[in-house]
Amino acid sequence: MLNIASLEKGIVLDHIRAGSSMKIYDLLKLSEMDCCVAVIKNAKSNKLGKKDIIKIEGTTDVDLDVLGFIDHNITVNIIDNGKIIEKKKLVLPQTLTNVIKCKNPRCITSIEEEIDHVFRLTQDGTQRYRCIYCEQEYQDK
Amino acid sequence: MRHLIDPLDLSVQEIDKLLDLADDIAKNPKKYSQVCSGKKLATLFYEPSTRTRLSFESAMLNMGGSVLGFSSANSSSAAKGESVADTIRAVSCYADICAIRHPKEGAPLRASRYSKIPVINAGDGGHQHPTQTLTDLMTIRAKKHRLDHLTIGLCGDLKFGRTVHSLIKALSRYEGIRFVLISPEELRVPDYIIDNVLKEKNIPYEEVENIEDVISQLDILYMTRVQRERFFNEEDYIRLKDSYILTTAKMKNAKPDMAVLHPLPRVNEIALEVDDDPRAAYFDQVQNGVYVRMALMMTLLEVEHA
Repeated sequence: MLNIASLEKGIVLDHIRAGSSMKIYDLLKLSEMDCCVAVIKNAKSNKLGKKDIIKIEGTTDVDLDVLGFIDHNITVNIIDNGKIIEKKKLVLPQTLTNVIKCKNPRCITSIEEEIDHVFRLTQDGTQRYRCIYCEQEYQDK
Repeated sequence: MRHLIDPLDLSVQEIDKLLDLADDIAKNPKKYSQVCSGKKLATLFYEPSTRTRLSFESAMLNMGGSVLGFSSANSSSAAKGESVADTIRAVSCYADICAIRHPKEGAPLRASRYSKIPVINAGDGGHQHPTQTLTDLMTIRAKKHRLDHLTIGLCGDLKFGRTVHSLIKALSRYEGIRFVLISPEELRVPDYIIDNVLKEKNIPYEEVENIEDVISQLDILYMTRVQRERFFNEEDYIRLKDSYILTTAKMKNAKPDMAVLHPLPRVNEIALEVDDDPRAAYFDQVQNGVYVRMALMMTLLEVEHA
């Protein structure tokens, strides 16, 4: 088993669906952060069989909306003085701003400079998002 | 400050009040001839239009106001690459209210977020056209004396037909509405209308391909043009453009009090012979469009009237 040192202060994203960690790494823009980041792939998990884990040292300022959108089953542990001081529950965010892009070529977002790509959660319980401008559903393809 | 971007931006009560005002304007146009004196309407038309632009301009002139604007993207700063957000910031300094038509969906919403004056969506791509809907509602109410308990047939290009999307949204709030959606498979109503409006509100609807099979059930038949400008592929347009043509022969099976609506312009989807049928209401829509846009601009400008 690979050992990664425990954090003194920071955030641990646990129970990430195996294979999703790099997507989260990109969407949270972790490559732009100056702190120490560990990405652990395919760790053993009693709950999931296999899971990914991300440990971020020094900061707890992470966009929970992004995480909620990708997988609201991820466990978010806030660490201080080497201990978990808070476990945050993720929910599907009502709106997503500049997390995903509208792919409709007829949408104003396809030509307008500096426009935020904003998606809203549909209210039919199907966990889908639609662009606020053209109402086209986001499809991750 | 209010905008009209989506047909649901106005409540049912507000629409009723607005249609009452439009009816009163139709009866007494002189009473309203100076209510917008000193007000300026900017028409920002990034896409060609005859009826909608002239209807807006006529509406403002009828109320003693004045108009300014452009009628194609080529004659505006959009040709130089200016964003919608920047254009509306400037226009907000020149006019009191603006109507915007744009080929890209959501452009009026974008404009409204940067505007200091009320923004009216005069059609955005294949998305929405709320002032045509007000026109349609006024015409339906005039013909049927109600907006509820109606079977509405929508025929033609239901995929890109923005007037169809807006009308479904608006009518979905009235009781006893049933839709019959008549189109080739490729031009069916987009899923956001099916999922977010029809299914979510449990509104009965059926999708069919043959107008003859259903025309006898309809209280309203709303015809649309298959729009060349919405297709990226000319072959698809040519294949689908003549899908539905309404003729007097097909009208024989329709109810005697059915009303035929069309947002216009038509190409060949309604044969000229149908124009003489008393059920043809599409030229009434043009006149109603002016009255309802007068009522809308008065409402958004919060103009007092007797």
